[in-house]
Parts: sequence; structure tokens; C-alpha cells
Amino acid sequence: MPQDSSNKHSSNHTDPTHKSRRTEMVRSSDENEKKNLVNKLKDVEISVPIVYGNVAFWLGKKASEYQSHKWSVYVRGATNEDLSVVVKRVVFQLHSSFNNPMRVVESPPFELSESGWGEFEIAITLHFHPDVSDKPLHLYHHLKLYPEDDSGSLSVKKPVVVESYDEVVFAEPSEALFARVQNHPAVIVPRLPAGFSLPPVPAEDADKRKRFDPKDNPLTQWFTNFSEADELLKLAAARQQLVAVSWKLVAGGWKLVQAQIARVRRQLSLIDGQHQQQLKPPSEL
Amino acid sequence: MDAKDILGLPKISLPIPQEKKSRPQKDSQRKPDGISREVYALTGGVAPLMPSVDVNQLKKRHQPENEKITWEWLSFTNSARKDDLKLYHWVRVVNGAPPTGDYSFAKYNKSVDVIKYTDEEYEKHLTDPSWTKEETDELFDLCERFDLRFVVITDRFSSSRSVEELKNRYYSVSRAILIARAPSPADVSSHPLVKEPYNISQEIERKRALSMVLSQTKHQERKDAEVLSEAKKIMESRMAAKAAQDAELAVASNASPERMEKTTALVDTASPSNIQATSGVAPLMSMAENAAAAAASLRAMRVYLRTYALDKMVQAASSSAGLRTIKRVEQFLQELKVNLKPKVPTKAVCAEHLELRKEILTLLNLQKLLQNKEEGSSYRESSYTETPDTPKRLQRGIDQDRTFVPDSVSFGGISTERVGKRDQKRKGPGREAPSSPANSNKRPRKLKATDS
Repeated sequence: MPQDSSNKHSSNHTDPTHKSRRTEMVRSSDENEKKNLVNKLKDVEISVPIVYGNVAFWLGKKASEYQSHKWSVYVRGATNEDLSVVVKRVVFQLHSSFNNPMRVVESPPFELSESGWGEFEIAITLHFHPDVSDKPLHLYHHLKLYPEDDSGSLSVKKPVVVESYDEVVFAEPSEALFARVQNHPAVIVPRLPAGFSLPPVPAEDADKRKRFDPKDNPLTQWFTNFSEADELLKLAAARQQLVAVSWKLVAGGWKLVQAQIARVRRQLSLIDGQHQQQLKPPSEL
Repeated sequence: MDAKDILGLPKISLPIPQEKKSRPQKDSQRKPDGISREVYALTGGVAPLMPSVDVNQLKKRHQPENEKITWEWLSFTNSARKDDLKLYHWVRVVNGAPPTGDYSFAKYNKSVDVIKYTDEEYEKHLTDPSWTKEETDELFDLCERFDLRFVVITDRFSSSRSVEELKNRYYSVSRAILIARAPSPADVSSHPLVKEPYNISQEIERKRALSMVLSQTKHQERKDAEVLSEAKKIMESRMAAKAAQDAELAVASNASPERMEKTTALVDTASPSNIQATSGVAPLMSMAENAAAAAASLRAMRVYLRTYALDKMVQAASSSAGLRTIKRVEQFLQELKVNLKPKVPTKAVCAEHLELRKEILTLLNLQKLLQNKEEGSSYRESSYTETPDTPKRLQRGIDQDRTFVPDSVSFGGISTERVGKRDQKRKGPGREAPSSPANSNKRPRKLKATDS
């Protein structure tokens, strides 16, 4: 976005790397509000960790040929937070054999329950609030009803749960959006550099902010807890191992070079010896 | 009938009669209604399930009862003809009165208004050094006769002038006359001839270009397409590099335009070799470029999934690597017990994963370089040992070196063996080389994650 040089304030040039920082912040509040909707924060991204998947219960005795399982497909915040801060509605596109295969869920919890017998791919579309994005985001989830192991001990009590973790990244969010979501538990916002301030957003009542009470949603007990710690640990260990192998390689290369040098030296000395031989007889004569 | 046999359905007693005796039975099923039996059989022998066109939908012809229509063979005249030829045709006569009006097709006899100039006008406005009056007159006469079909006119023109020359003369004369005859310049300024005069040089050029394109061989076409697509790619990568200019990869983007310019200059034949020439630097540079381009395109998307972003960055990082290398990277990851796609793709995890992949790639590249160096040195070694004229002393010297020479030969041996047995996993030190130092065994082997 082009900088408006006429309004530059020298006090705001604290961090030279973020040269395109909004300097218009120091202007009057009216202009501020107008600009708020348009200003994009460069090099800033906010991310919303989500988990999407399905939970499927076998109906056991009550199962019929066409309704053997009762399943729910959903999109939730990774720590069970309320996604409606950024998500306006979620559209689940089911198999065409279902009535009204396009199901729209307008309010949290963004989940859909159905009964059936077959596994198929569900197209999940996340529609965001207008100040977040005008483009929807597509996810795909393969509905799983039957457990992985072949013995397939179908139990009525224990459901089959398949979930995927992902994060929705909003690059260069507008200031208004940033201000709106910065304190929401569902959203990860980076710390802004010093000397940069946003207008305060009126704090919502803690009661008003919806939070999923485990008692409200019976599915919560089956949700997987995704922790990045395990993965990070594995990656760190892998990188260490890689470093060790690389050193081996370097050592080997070094030895090779040394061996080559030694060989060449030997050959040179041999050739020298040969020359010495050829030179000797004339002197002996 | 065969179908019914196959399905095992009982044959319904409606036989297709093949004998004359059963004709009365056939008659009752015929239902011809005005068409012959054979024609009806063409439709399948049964009435159609639905009428093709509902007769009620068709418009009823308007024919008032009082009028009497007859058709008569009458003569007519054509106003488009210059002579008085009278031809005959059928005419729809209503109540005994034949239709009036000109022959209906006379209105299509259009012709071009070719300007006619007087001799005075010619003297005043239209003289031209390269054109005589006779030629100009002839031209205009031909234009009138052939309705400005210049290709025909060129053929008929007495002296050999090109189509463009004739057109130029005609249009410039008409233009001059128009302007001369107009009461004021403003009146004619909107006339197309005045607004856009005939540009002979442009026309010649245009036709030449067209003929060139038309006569292009397939080979030329392909080359042109290649050049265009490369130019497009370069433009796009230049745009992406420009978009990522304020990123920390400023160095890469500064270097890459130079490299890109080199590529455009040598685009026909030399570009691949040129890039290969800058061997060590180029892969790194191109990787930085690709990463910048990928980052720029992600930013442009505004909203995306972390897994998608990781995929794109991985692709950008391994763009310089072949398929086999990518497979080896993935094998390495599996040996390191790392998921190919992280299960919990947070920002930190994705960054670590990407770094890991890049490091593995670097490692594999280094290892390849090292192997090449080895093989190169082993070939050189074997050439030394095979010189036939070596004096005894040198021979002895070589014998003394036997412990080392077999190393290199066995390197070569191991390397070539390796090529053959590439898929075999060998965990322990190699057994082929007899007394070689430990390191030489490990090097030619494909580097394993479990090497310790």
C-alpha cells in the first residue's frame, strides 16, 4: 500500500525493518476510523487453529441396512473455542444420495449429524465474516464409519473418531479485524512491534462470549487433543540426527581430499625419482 | 423376440407374422391410418408413445374465406436489369388481381459509388508524379466495373501495379476530391476516408507479416511458442520477485534479475547450459526465488490453510530437485520417524518441517557431489596404473602403492556396484575393499539416517 508521506511522523520510525508500518495512526481519530477498514498490516498474520472431522456411532441392534451408523461431521476450534468470531457459516456438501445434500450451519457449534451406511468425501466450505475475507475456504474430509482394524469390533459405546488439525491463516489482516480478534481465545495473534498501537476495542462481557461447555455438547468427550509439543520434539530430534550424519559426510569428504593429496604427492615423488635416475648415468660416465 | 428369450419371459401372443396365412391377424394390429403397411412398419410397427409435435401448437394459416387464391404463370420485369428482358414465373393471384410492385429481389442490386472527377478537378487536385491521367482514368473505370474488388482490378490493370498501389491511388484521389468538393472542411471531417486515410506502408507491412505467419513451418511455430512461454515465465517470476522485494530475500531478488536477463539473451539454445555453468550458486538462488514467489502468492491469497502453505513451500524448495531426489528426501524423513505431512501443523511445526526438508536436500546434494568427485578421482587413478611404458622403478612404486590403488579402483568398483545395487540397504561397513580405511567404505554407500 503506498505510503502517505505528507503525514509521516518521525516518532514512528522506531523499527526500520517494518518500514511500511502505519504511520497514519497518529492522525485524528476520524481519519483513523476511515482508514481502519482499509489498512492492512504487512508481515502480520493471524491464524485460527481448527480441527475438523467426524464422530461415528454404530447403531448396534437398531442398525438397519441403510442406517447402520449415526455420525456427526464438524468444524471446531482446536481447543474447543467458538469459531464464530471469524466464521460466519459453514456449508457441508454431502453425498448426492442424501436429501438436500447441501447443508448450511449458520451458528456454532458448526456441526451436522446424520445417519447412514456409507463413507464418502464431504466438502466443507467455511464462509467468513465480510471483514475477514470475501473468499470462502474449502476443506475435504473423508467420512469414516468403520474402524481401521480388520477385526472391526463394532461397539455401540465407543465411536470411530477421525479428526484433522489445520490452521486457517489470514495474511495481512486489516487493522479493524486485528483489533476485533486480538483478545479472542480462538485466534492466535502475533505480538505487534513496540511503538505500534491499535485503538482499544470495547471488551466483551465474559458471559456474552460463547464458550462451549462440555455439558452442552455430548461429542466433546470424544475430541482429540492435538499438541504440537510431540511433533516439535520429533522434529528437533530428527534435525539433530541429521546434523550428526552431515558431520560424518563432511569428515568422509575431508579424508577423501587428504587421501587424494597424499596420492598426488607420492606420484610426484616417484616421477622425481625417475628423473633422478635418468640424470645419474651421464654424471657417472 | 430374442431379448425375451434371453430374459426368459413368456412370449406374448402377438406374433410378427411371417406367413401369408396369418395376414388377417396382422391386419387387425396394423392400425395404418392413411400410410401403407411397410411405412408403418418402419416406425416399429407400433404407434408412437407421444406425438412428436402437438398439432394444436402449430399456427393456423390465416386464410379468410372471401379470398380466392390461384397461382398463375406470368411475366415480370426486373428494375435491376438495364435491358427490357421479360421473364416468367409463378405468381400468387388473389381474387384475380396480380400483385403489384417491383421484382422483390431488385433491391439487392447495390453498387459502389465511385467518384467521377472532371478533367479540371484532375488538373487542380489530383495530379501525382507516379500516376498518369490515363492510368488514373483506367483505374477508376475498373473500380466502377468491378465494384472495388481490387484483386480483380489488379489483374486487369494494364501496367503492373500492386494491389496496395492501386488502393492507395484510388483512396487518395477520392479523399482529395471529397475535400475539394466539400463546402467547408468541417463537413467532411467525419467521413471515414478523411478521418483515416489509407496508409500504404502499413498495409504492405501488415500483409508481409501475415504471409510470414501463414508460411511458418511447424518447427518455427514450436520455437516461437517456446520463446513466448519462456518470456511469459520470466515475466511472471519477475513480478513475483518484485512483489517479494521488501522480504528478507532482497539479495536473491537482486541477483535473479541479472540471471533472468542472461536467460532471455540466450533463450534459444544456451539457457540450460548457462544456468548449469553457475552450478553452486544457481540452485541456491533459484530456491530463494521460488520461495519468494511462493510466499508472495500466498500473501496474495489472503486466506489459506497452513497445510496448503506448507505444501507450496515444500514444492518451492524442491523445485530444483528431480523426482528421485524428492523420493529420497521422503525416505529419509521416514527413517527419521518424521511424518511426511505433520499431524499438528502449527506455525512452528511447519517451519521446522520445512527447514528439515531443506537440510536433507542439501545433504543429499552434497553427498552426490562427493560421489561424483570420488568417481572422477578413481578414473584418474586407473589411467595412471595402466600406462605401459612405466620403467621398473615406477612399477615397483606402483606395487608399493597397491594398498592405495585398489582403494580407488574399489571405490570405482564400489561406486559402479552401487549403481547396480542401488536399492540394497547395507548397514555395516562394506566388505569388498580389503584393507581400506573405514571412511572409504561409508562414503560411496547411500547415506542412511541410521549411520552413527
